[in-house]
Amino acid sequence: MAHHVSCPAIKNILLLDSEGKRVAVKYFSDEWQTNSAKLSFEKFVFSKTVKTNARTEAEITLLENNIIIYKFVQDLHFFVTGSDDENEIILSSVLQGFFDAVTLLLRNNVDKREALENLDLILLCLDEIVDGGMILETNGPLIAEKVTSHNMDSDSPLSEQTLTQAWATAREHLTRTLLK
Amino acid sequence: MIAKLGNLCGLNAGFFVFRRNSEEEEEEEEEEESRCSSSTTRRQGKYLEDSPPSAPPMAQPLVKKDDDHDDEAEYSPFMGIEKGSVLQEARVFNDPQLDARRCSQVEATEVFFAVTKLFQSRDLGLRRMVYLIIKELSPSSDEVIIVTSSLMKDMNSKTDMYRANAIRVLCRITDGTLLTQIERYLKQAIVDKNPVVASAALVSGIHLLQTNPEIVKRWSNEVQEAVQSRSPLVQFHALALLHQIRQNDRLAVSKLVTSLTRGSVRSPLAQCLLIRYTSQVIRESGNNTQSGDRPFYDFLESCLRHKSEMVIFEAAREITELNGVTSRELTPAITVLQLFLSSSKPVLRFAAVRTLNKVAMKHPMAVTNCNIDMESLISDQNRSIATLAITTLLKTGNESSVDRLMKQITNFMSDIADEFKIVVVEAIRSLCLKFPLKYRSLMNFLSNILREEDCEFTYLSTQILHFLGVEGPKTSDPSKYIRYIYNRVHLENATVRASAVSTLAKFGAAVDELKPRIFVLLRRCVFDSDDEVRDRATLYQNTLGGDGSVVETDKDVKDFLFGSFDVPLVNLETSLKNYEPSEEPFDINAVPREVKSVPLADKKAATKKPTGLGVSSNGPPSTADSYERMLLSIPEFAKFGKLFKSSAPVELTEAETEYAVNVVKHIFDKHVVFQYNCTNTIPEQLLEDVIVIVDASEAEEFSEVLSKPLRSLPYDSPGQTFVAFEKPEGLATVGKFSNILKFIVKEVDPSTGEAEEDGVEDEYQLEDLEVVAGDYILKVGVSNFRNAWETMGADCERVDEYGLGPRESLAEAVNTVINLLGMQPCEGTEVVPPNSRSHTCLLSGVYIGNVKVLVRLSFGLDGPKDVAMKLAVRSEDESVSDAIHEIVASG
Repeated sequence: MAHHVSCPAIKNILLLDSEGKRVAVKYFSDEWQTNSAKLSFEKFVFSKTVKTNARTEAEITLLENNIIIYKFVQDLHFFVTGSDDENEIILSSVLQGFFDAVTLLLRNNVDKREALENLDLILLCLDEIVDGGMILETNGPLIAEKVTSHNMDSDSPLSEQTLTQAWATAREHLTRTLLK
Repeated sequence: MIAKLGNLCGLNAGFFVFRRNSEEEEEEEEEEESRCSSSTTRRQGKYLEDSPPSAPPMAQPLVKKDDDHDDEAEYSPFMGIEKGSVLQEARVFNDPQLDARRCSQVEATEVFFAVTKLFQSRDLGLRRMVYLIIKELSPSSDEVIIVTSSLMKDMNSKTDMYRANAIRVLCRITDGTLLTQIERYLKQAIVDKNPVVASAALVSGIHLLQTNPEIVKRWSNEVQEAVQSRSPLVQFHALALLHQIRQNDRLAVSKLVTSLTRGSVRSPLAQCLLIRYTSQVIRESGNNTQSGDRPFYDFLESCLRHKSEMVIFEAAREITELNGVTSRELTPAITVLQLFLSSSKPVLRFAAVRTLNKVAMKHPMAVTNCNIDMESLISDQNRSIATLAITTLLKTGNESSVDRLMKQITNFMSDIADEFKIVVVEAIRSLCLKFPLKYRSLMNFLSNILREEDCEFTYLSTQILHFLGVEGPKTSDPSKYIRYIYNRVHLENATVRASAVSTLAKFGAAVDELKPRIFVLLRRCVFDSDDEVRDRATLYQNTLGGDGSVVETDKDVKDFLFGSFDVPLVNLETSLKNYEPSEEPFDINAVPREVKSVPLADKKAATKKPTGLGVSSNGPPSTADSYERMLLSIPEFAKFGKLFKSSAPVELTEAETEYAVNVVKHIFDKHVVFQYNCTNTIPEQLLEDVIVIVDASEAEEFSEVLSKPLRSLPYDSPGQTFVAFEKPEGLATVGKFSNILKFIVKEVDPSTGEAEEDGVEDEYQLEDLEVVAGDYILKVGVSNFRNAWETMGADCERVDEYGLGPRESLAEAVNTVINLLGMQPCEGTEVVPPNSRSHTCLLSGVYIGNVKVLVRLSFGLDGPKDVAMKLAVRSEDESVSDAIHEIVASG
């Protein structure tokens, strides 16, 4: 019997379009090393779920010893993958957080076009949900706030001198490398 | 570095594209760098020139950046410009039309340097993207130095988001030496009042523990403090890190669990961790069952009443997995899982049924209480849940329910993923052990799954081989198929091997030059392990001429190999059985051609026999080809000439009536034959002299020429009776016919199957039948409609417009017209995209008299529901074009 004393771990989060193509994906597990392995995993997951109706409630399935929780809205397909001994409800809370945050970030216009036009927000969103497989935050509004809090403390001054110094170091380093 | 860039690509939808210019420009940059403050305008100009005129729309934050740049260009010309060109590249990141082919190889180092220059920017959104890229690029330690000081500065920034992100980036790219430098900041960050900063430091600590455990272990005190944080996520991260720091110290973990289970954990995620750690402690402490109480069980049990579903489920799952769990301990966990079974959320149902499925393996009795809820999940939309429910029921149910559940599983075996097929097979294995009496039916189930898949494959292979045999010799280079066909002789089962031998013989007969080679192959097949394969090889060697020389093949041989076999196999079998060896040779022409319905008793025996080699033609034929063959075999119909079209069966009775009758309309040039397929569904009756009385008073141009009764119609054994009409030659004559089924009923004793001597005449009213214009059009597609349309020309074109009135939808209107005309939709135009207001549909067909017809239908919505249609018909004959319009006008 599996004894899971480990932390809940997320293997990947996928956002695909209605043809199974990537909009944004993030892998935290080294189970899929190459880009082609990732692409074929995405294709597989997409093909196994595309016929189901995951539009009202998140759906769930078990594929190749991974639990996949997924939800579809318009032409976007959201997926969260975890290992087969993971607590399904924890995985589903991550999907819900991702989904809620994206909905807020795209101002309720949850579709592929809007997602691509705000791809930077989606990528930041993925970065704020999970760090190296570890769940950072599952509360959708909080995730969205972390992504968009660009302007908080916007008038705090940056000491430019320090940065200039940093650049001096950088240039010096570069020159040294080139002279070698 | 290029490999690392691959990682970066993985991040994005398409691929990040860095359109860096050649080294030439790099040199320029060097120059620029040395001069540092000169000629801003020139470079700025170059940047503008470079930017593509049709730059795709960018995400908001990056657009804003453009303005910032111009300001900052004054302050540091070089950096400003460089940022410009980086930004220009960055535009591509958000290009919705990203194209992988545009992805050019770029040195990630260069990108790295370029990106780091964006640190200059004050825009937090942009800075965040920089963090993201640095993490993805994971620069080497050489390069890390460049950004370290900037990141360290950000770590001390007053902006919390900068601090949190800088910590995560720095810890991702850092090495041991650098870590000692920043250790002090990290320890402070762990207890920072801002939860985002604290979480960033804690999660980074969890990752760093793998590479630099000795450093992270020094943070214990701070981490312990963070466990008490008011922020749920900080508590979760701190608890995870604290446990990992102490995981090898059993006593410490036990202490941790003891203190926390008293109730200071608020975060559901942290509570789930605590449940896991508690179970670990329980496992490691062994069963302390002397007092009957398991340590910490009360804590797990109290978690079943937590308000968060994930905590309830975690606790229930851990309880079911306790070593030597007693039924008293199990009961509360099973109760909460049972509640989940009827949740509206698929995730909860799945989680509960999967856990109960596991419990049922060891403690089936504990799960029986859930049987009723489980039963309702058998029809769950989510197949995974349904399968788990059925296999759980198989484990917990009694012997009597096994057969019913097996039947339900059979229905969707093909729909479910392999993982679940394994679950099913495992459940069946344990059932075999549990109910030895059911062993036979369970094994049947398993072997059926195997055989069905196998059979499908064999059938497909024989069909392909048959097709190759007919069409292959007509191709420009038939010899290239030989090898593939002969390979089947080596690789496949006997059925396929026999088909392959026949196919080889066909090549030999049709292509004289190949004959010697085919002979060599056929001679080898004579040594096959299967007698049918050997027999075929020998037969074909003899029919093809024996000596293997290049000679012309007899017409008789070709007829034998390629002609259709018009003797019903059942009749042939009966005749062969009755044949007594004598002077007189067996005469195949004496075998009756009429398909007799098989008496019930014989039929049962026949179905038990394994299907022989080849595809036997039991049962009424259904495809156009076999209709034609069947009609030709009945002498009365053979003289009607070539069959033009056979309709799909039209039901003449309601479902589940005493006698089920449907009719197939066979259209000939001068005749129409109605084939009535009759089934007697009453076991106590035998029908004899079955005939359909057709009243053609509403079909004036048709006159009945012959009626062919069915001698005997036993229970559940379909038979056919025919009625033929004459009609004007080559015309699409329509009419309406009413039908009455007449027959003699004989009572049958169900125990013996014997029918009584005397019968009673009876009749049965059937539905009316119509011959419509669509019956005279064959569905024949064209590969290129436009070409065909142009070639046909407008000579016999007829165009008109029709109002179709209010319709359910555009798609429904399109479908109705297609069905009315009975023509073949071309180029997928039968599909109407959702929400369209207009649609063009292309149809093609052949009208009776072999006249090609092409139709172009333009539909449009006129008002909310009204559909208008323009019909353009082209054909080789004006009257046919008119006839098509007539069909639509009267339909």
